[in-house]
Amino acid sequence: MQRYSGFSLVKHALSHHENWQRHWRNPVPKKEYDVIIVGGGGHGLATAYYLAKQHGITNVAVIEKGWLGGGNTARNTTIVRSNYLWDESAALYEHSMKLWEGLSQDLNYNVMFSQRGVLNLGHTLQDMRDIQRRVHANRLNGIDGEVVTPEQIKEIEPALDTSERARYPILGASWQPRGGVARHDAVAWGFARGADARGVDLLQQTEVTGFKIVDGKVVGVHTNRGDIGARTVGCVTAGNSGVLAKMAGFQLPVESHPLQALVSEPLKPILNTVTMSNHVHGYISQSDKGDLVIGAGIDGYLGYGQRGSFSVVEHTLQAIIEMFPMFSRVRMNRQWGGIVDTTPDACPIISKTPVQGLFFNCGWGTGGFKATPGSGNVFAWTLAHGQAHPIAAAFSIDRFRTGALIDEHGAAGVAH
Amino acid sequence: MFHIYCPYCAEYREEEEFHPKGQAHIARPADPTASSDDAWGDYLFFRDNPRGVHHELWVHAVGCRKFFNITRDTRSYAILETYRMGEQPGVTAETATLAERDIERRTSDTATIQGVPS
Ligand SMILES: Cc1cc2nc3c(=O)[nH]c(=O)nc-3n(C[C@H](O)[C@H](O)[C@H](O)COP(=O)(O)OP(=O)(O)OC[C@H]3O[C@@H](n4cnc5c(N)ncnc54)[C@H](O)[C@@H]3O)c2cc1C
Ligand SMILES: [Zn+2]
Repeated sequence: MQRYSGFSLVKHALSHHENWQRHWRNPVPKKEYDVIIVGGGGHGLATAYYLAKQHGITNVAVIEKGWLGGGNTARNTTIVRSNYLWDESAALYEHSMKLWEGLSQDLNYNVMFSQRGVLNLGHTLQDMRDIQRRVHANRLNGIDGEVVTPEQIKEIEPALDTSERARYPILGASWQPRGGVARHDAVAWGFARGADARGVDLLQQTEVTGFKIVDGKVVGVHTNRGDIGARTVGCVTAGNSGVLAKMAGFQLPVESHPLQALVSEPLKPILNTVTMSNHVHGYISQSDKGDLVIGAGIDGYLGYGQRGSFSVVEHTLQAIIEMFPMFSRVRMNRQWGGIVDTTPDACPIISKTPVQGLFFNCGWGTGGFKATPGSGNVFAWTLAHGQAHPIAAAFSIDRFRTGALIDEHGAAGVAH
Repeated sequence: MFHIYCPYCAEYREEEEFHPKGQAHIARPADPTASSDDAWGDYLFFRDNPRGVHHELWVHAVGCRKFFNITRDTRSYAILETYRMGEQPGVTAETATLAERDIERRTSDTATIQGVPS
């Protein structure tokens, strides 16, 4: 792998930047691998990277039906935070946060992780009680967080309407300074490049159409490019996980919904941080390019069409104008949707399944981008050991039968 | 934006008047206290979530406030029929034709429809 540095930039300038290597190979599928990862989004690529890097398992294929990182990874609003309420989820997201903090160095790839802080606004007394409870829980778990007043919010984000004139006046917020945003494509590409360099085959334009199962054990997958063998298969297919589970003969406690986002025309820097509000239901940040990045809510119906309803867009922009009246005349540039895999408790599923050797990592729903490195890290461990990583253990499918749900609707309500 | 025919009001109304309520025709275990954890978990949480024809429950929330069912394709979003509570669907995954489902025209998950040369 060609390493990136200031020096290499200067060196390549001398040859007019015409000799940079490709990021990864485009290999022909082998007959058999030790591990197959289905789904080349951020989570699948991170899984492959850590399998190779930390567990020395390099005979691995990532099978992606489209292009790398073209699913929800490319469609999300890139909010990263770890201020979840319950111990189990706090551990998972904070594990991820720690990896984010060293990720660009580790990957030798600039993922543009920017810890500009995340505000979660409260507009009602109940919001404020929930926020206080969550911030206290976070601090007990060693996660940074503060409850801030409208005056402090005004200092952090002057463009926000913190006055009492607002229809839903802001009473306070939780503030996680270590939260922020990252460049979604770079995350997928960085993990892909690192995995490829260690021998992982990245098979794009390859769709898994079924599983080969013998005596209750997985022995490979069917694809549109022929059958490929493996005794361990990890499915990291987000919105399509229910479809994959059905191919393997079981159901998941997952529903696939459209989730939309939109970006405005580029503006001069106006937002310092990430602002989210569960109550008026919108969230916003500004990209380095200058566009306002705005996230919507999910459509309540099932949908695989990667587009949602106009009414959701309308409600979202109402919420943004409620928080930032000065944006009322900003023009929107683009709008799109992804398919998010929601679970009843708003927590992911990282789990073995009724089929031996077949594991699923899904159910990240509306908020899994922030978990990309952590999810890949614990899932790689799980695949390498054939049993759940200690942090992942609580996220088994079994919880929907034992009743040990991890209800994060409070922390994840809107939420990303 | 959906234009939904409410089988009770017998009129087409805009999507905003309705709320989707999840998979239809889920039978509650007859004797909940006797049901196993597995059966109860299945009933509460596990869903078909099909990529294709789906029978789902909706409520005409700001209209007549009645619940009813819709058969819809989750790829094209085409509504194939609406029918009252207690009735069975007239269209299913097996019987719906491609034209009805409107797949060619409206599917937008490009990765799948483009197909893939090997
Ligand atoms: C609009 C929107 C905004 C969001 N905002 C945030 C946010 O601000 N913060 C946050 O933390 N999260 C956010 N999320 C959620 C986040 O995007 C996802 O949880 C996360 O990116 C999931 O990553 P993944 O790698 O699991 O899935 P994906 O990136 O979707 O990857 C799954 C891959 O599997 C492939 N696949 C599916 N079926 C098959 C098959 N049969 N064979 C081969 N390949 C297959 C797909 O093509 C896809 O590339 C948002 C999501 C959306 C849609
Ligand atoms: Zn009605």
